[in-house]
Amino acid sequence: MSTLSTNSSKNLDAGQIITDSPSYWSSVRSNLKNDPVTIAFALILLSLLLSAIFADLLAPLDPYKTNMLKRLKPIGTEGFLLGADELGRDMLTRLIYGGRLSLLMGISPVVAALLIGGLLGLTAGFVGGKVNMSIMRVMDVFYAFPSVLLAIAISGALGAGIFNAIISLTIVFIPPIARVTESVTTQIRALDYVEAARASGAKSLTIIRVHIISNVAGPVFVYSTSLISVSIILSSGLSFLGLGTEPPQPEWGLMLNTLRQSIYVNPWVAALPGVMIFLTSLSFNMMSDGIRSAMDIKL
Amino acid sequence: MVAYIIRRILYVIPIALGVSVIIFGLVHIAPGDPLNAVVPPDAPKETVELLIKAYGFDKPLPVQYLIWLGKALEGDFGISYATGRTVSDAIASGVVNTLILAVGGIFIGTIMGCLIGALAGYFQGSWIDKLATGFAIAGVSVPHYWLGLVLVIIFSVELNVLPAMGMGPGGSTSWTWDSEHLKHLILPVITLSVIPIGIITRSVRATIAEILTMEFIQTLEAKGLRKGHIFTHVAKNAAPTVLAVSGLQVGYLLGGSILVETVFSWPGTGFLLNDAIFRRDIPLLQGVILVLAMFFVILNLIVDIAQSVIDPRMNRS
Repeated sequence: MSTLSTNSSKNLDAGQIITDSPSYWSSVRSNLKNDPVTIAFALILLSLLLSAIFADLLAPLDPYKTNMLKRLKPIGTEGFLLGADELGRDMLTRLIYGGRLSLLMGISPVVAALLIGGLLGLTAGFVGGKVNMSIMRVMDVFYAFPSVLLAIAISGALGAGIFNAIISLTIVFIPPIARVTESVTTQIRALDYVEAARASGAKSLTIIRVHIISNVAGPVFVYSTSLISVSIILSSGLSFLGLGTEPPQPEWGLMLNTLRQSIYVNPWVAALPGVMIFLTSLSFNMMSDGIRSAMDIKL
Repeated sequence: MVAYIIRRILYVIPIALGVSVIIFGLVHIAPGDPLNAVVPPDAPKETVELLIKAYGFDKPLPVQYLIWLGKALEGDFGISYATGRTVSDAIASGVVNTLILAVGGIFIGTIMGCLIGALAGYFQGSWIDKLATGFAIAGVSVPHYWLGLVLVIIFSVELNVLPAMGMGPGGSTSWTWDSEHLKHLILPVITLSVIPIGIITRSVRATIAEILTMEFIQTLEAKGLRKGHIFTHVAKNAAPTVLAVSGLQVGYLLGGSILVETVFSWPGTGFLLNDAIFRRDIPLLQGVILVLAMFFVILNLIVDIAQSVIDPRMNRS
């Protein structure tokens, strides 16, 4: 009886210690709160997203309306705050609208690759053996291409178009995501508690759902956000080569491409779309780095 | 180690075959009849039939692949119907010009990356470190084709001190060592070096910071070794990482230079690819991609082997 009571009081102490120490997520939250740089870039990103979504309300003019008299007006022209492009369309308006396609084309390949690559990596890591071998060796082949080259090869063969650009970039990002997911899954699968769950009779799907995904999701998600930064640069790069969006759609990479012809007339207006690409890509990178260190993830 | 090197070399074979399958497949993912991709639409009927035979389009896919592979191994990528030149001729001059850019970019990238990364690693947490880290992140986030454009705007349009495009005077397409060609090289090489500077800075910083916390450094300090002498020990330990990172960057530059070459109208592989894309010249596209991908595969091989030679501790599986 006495041993039982000392045991229970010990348990109580242990319980108190646990409630007193901050949980993982609240420590992540406080880490993020103490990181003004990450918050600043998250806000920039949020405003970029919102301005793309509410472009109809924010943009001063019609992004397709050409005006031959206002062609290539410099930054600061009255009524054209950021100047006008080679067809006299308002740059500010087109930069705001451009966010729609640029963000869509930058983010959706990573989301698609996260689903496909995540599934492949999870399967390879959890099943192991020959399945792992065959999935990961195929991924290795895609790894043998520098990412820009692979993106250009596939979309060059498929031809121009938003959808084709998204497909080719999805193929580019599946292997790295699969590789990270596979390595994290393999590590976690070998941990004792997964073994314990299996020993207690849990089904494979339950183990994956309860134990594996919850532990794999964090690192893979953080890794994917850093890929969005690359994806934004690459997708705009494809449009810059004439492989992504087609005129007259407003998209930052394509705008950079068409304005390039007029750098001798109005140099700095031509540089503006690149500022947006840079800012977006930088924000995703900074935010990804911030979240990674707040969540204490090492990849 | 020898066993590892042999195994590593053998591993190249399946990878290279896989790469060739993907590149062969490009013709077939191109919309429409694969024949359209290699035959100009206005070709006479006899030519079309001749080409069907020549390309083996009348045979099953695996046979087509083997025929194509056999030719590619002999360096025969077909004839670019856009220019009429053989694809291999066009690639040969293009690859050299791209390599000039890539080597220049990696040269500056490695020197600057090591310098900035080492400073940041040594003075961890100081303002130098913060500045270097910020610079490195900016370096990997910048769209390099835009950076090239901005450099052109500053140095060619506004200041008019450097040429905006081309490789040399009068549309030169082959390199010679003179001041004009060097001037043309400056902007594209700086543009290309920014990403490797960012990546190399990051990994050198992390490596140096890690090495400085190791016990042998304390031992060396306790022995009374001078700072400069300790630095050579640190550098020796950081070398394999730097080598691996910059080696791989050469490969990424070969691919990444496509966009930069477009900005500067540099007559390299990027320019060829651009041409191939716009004229839907799939043989040329396949040839360029195959050569660049093989460069990358072999580069990976060399980096891995060099690393295992420099650092035998490296545990390879």
